Amino acid sequence: MKFLFKWEWLPQLASGLVVTVEVTATCIAIGFVLGILLALARVYGRKPLSIPASIFIQFFRGTPLLVQLLIVYYGFPNWGIRLSPFVSGVLALGLNTAAYQAEYFRGAIQSVKKGQMLAARSLGMSLAQSIRSVILPQALRLVIPPWSNELILMLKSSSIVYMVTILDIMGQSMKIASRFFNYLDVYLVAALFYLALVLIVSLLLRLLEHRVQIPGLGVHADRR
Amino acid sequence: MTTPLLRVEDIHKRYGNEEVLRGVSFEVARGETKVFIGPSGTGKSTLLRCVNQLTPPDKGQVFLEGAEVTHHKADINRLRASMGFVFQDFNLFAHLTAMQNVSIGPIKVRRMHKEQAKARALAELERVGLGEKANAYPAQLSGGQQQRVSIARALAMDPKLILFDEPTSALDPELIGEVLEVMIELAREGMTMLCVTHEMGFARSVANEIIFMEHGVIVEQGPPQEMFTNPRHQRTGEFLRKISELYGETAK
Repeated sequence: MKFLFKWEWLPQLASGLVVTVEVTATCIAIGFVLGILLALARVYGRKPLSIPASIFIQFFRGTPLLVQLLIVYYGFPNWGIRLSPFVSGVLALGLNTAAYQAEYFRGAIQSVKKGQMLAARSLGMSLAQSIRSVILPQALRLVIPPWSNELILMLKSSSIVYMVTILDIMGQSMKIASRFFNYLDVYLVAALFYLALVLIVSLLLRLLEHRVQIPGLGVHADRR
Repeated sequence: MTTPLLRVEDIHKRYGNEEVLRGVSFEVARGETKVFIGPSGTGKSTLLRCVNQLTPPDKGQVFLEGAEVTHHKADINRLRASMGFVFQDFNLFAHLTAMQNVSIGPIKVRRMHKEQAKARALAELERVGLGEKANAYPAQLSGGQQQRVSIARALAMDPKLILFDEPTSALDPELIGEVLEVMIELAREGMTMLCVTHEMGFARSVANEIIFMEHGVIVEQGPPQEMFTNPRHQRTGEFLRKISELYGETAK
């Protein structure tokens, strides 16, 4: 069997790569901000805040990402909300990852020692100041390993946006594949593109984890 | 008569079915050191936390210089800022250096300029003998050093009084002395201090009053000399003898 890779596929795949990075980066950023807010609502919020946050998280973790995407792109127009493919994709993926990230942030916030908050409050800091200056800086360090998994998962899950006509790596490779009637080779190359992205992202996050490590505490040291 | 610096009136606190504090009242004058002793589980630590509202009491009032701390409209953050709190397990901010631990309060709460706060933090660290550890992180310090940093952190806020919640209980025996030394120095300089501790050497040398608590109430209170030699309640005498055997020799 001969591998029939053609160099002319590359520009198209490269442009798909850029789109994949754009989609993933945008939805991860949305998920990051919203995820922190949801986690804070669940940990520190009173019921009017924490219950809606829980419902949001349950909904987006409990239903398939593909269904969520199709609802936004094909379903919303029924309510008169017409969104571009990019916005639909990024919105569905962003809300979905927000729910997952919220759970990781919640776990990290709750594993910061209780005394840290007490000490901050005893100095006269407000709850918001304590969260910003004491809890989050520690929680964000703790969350890096699980958060890395989520980012990698989103890089790969972002491939479903081809369903709403976005030309990411997946979308471009389907175009190429149907033009050349060569599915195996094109998809293998596409897989390699994803693999390369995942490896680079993992490496960067591991570097980040070491960079922000608290001196005297190992990356994986117990935190008493 | 002048108003006392701190007045605590009829504090009650219940956890579930257990009434930890059953009506505790006392007053603290400026510059006084009071030592709270008593068997574990008698609510001493809870009482300290009720004073600065880390644990809001169910009933009762706390007044700092006449201002009601327990009032629902009190600016609790401002009031807390003037009451230092030293925890049993230090609770230094793990992600900050010793210097940052001490300067964060002045910067965030007092809105002090960063450079000024740094200078202040360094001065306080030097006061507790840790000037050269300014850039160390908590995990790089011994327990005794961490506790001294936490005292410096309290001092940097110019507190009107400092609450010490068993400050030496989590320390190895050979590290207790360095913390007590700092506390004795503070007491002699006129800092108002409320200490939950069983370090009787400390109590004898600087306490103006020892308060003996049991089952959520104050059993007896008085100057150390009187409490040791001539307690009114048999139970006080027993307890003091017992803890003096255990802790009496640590600080002179």
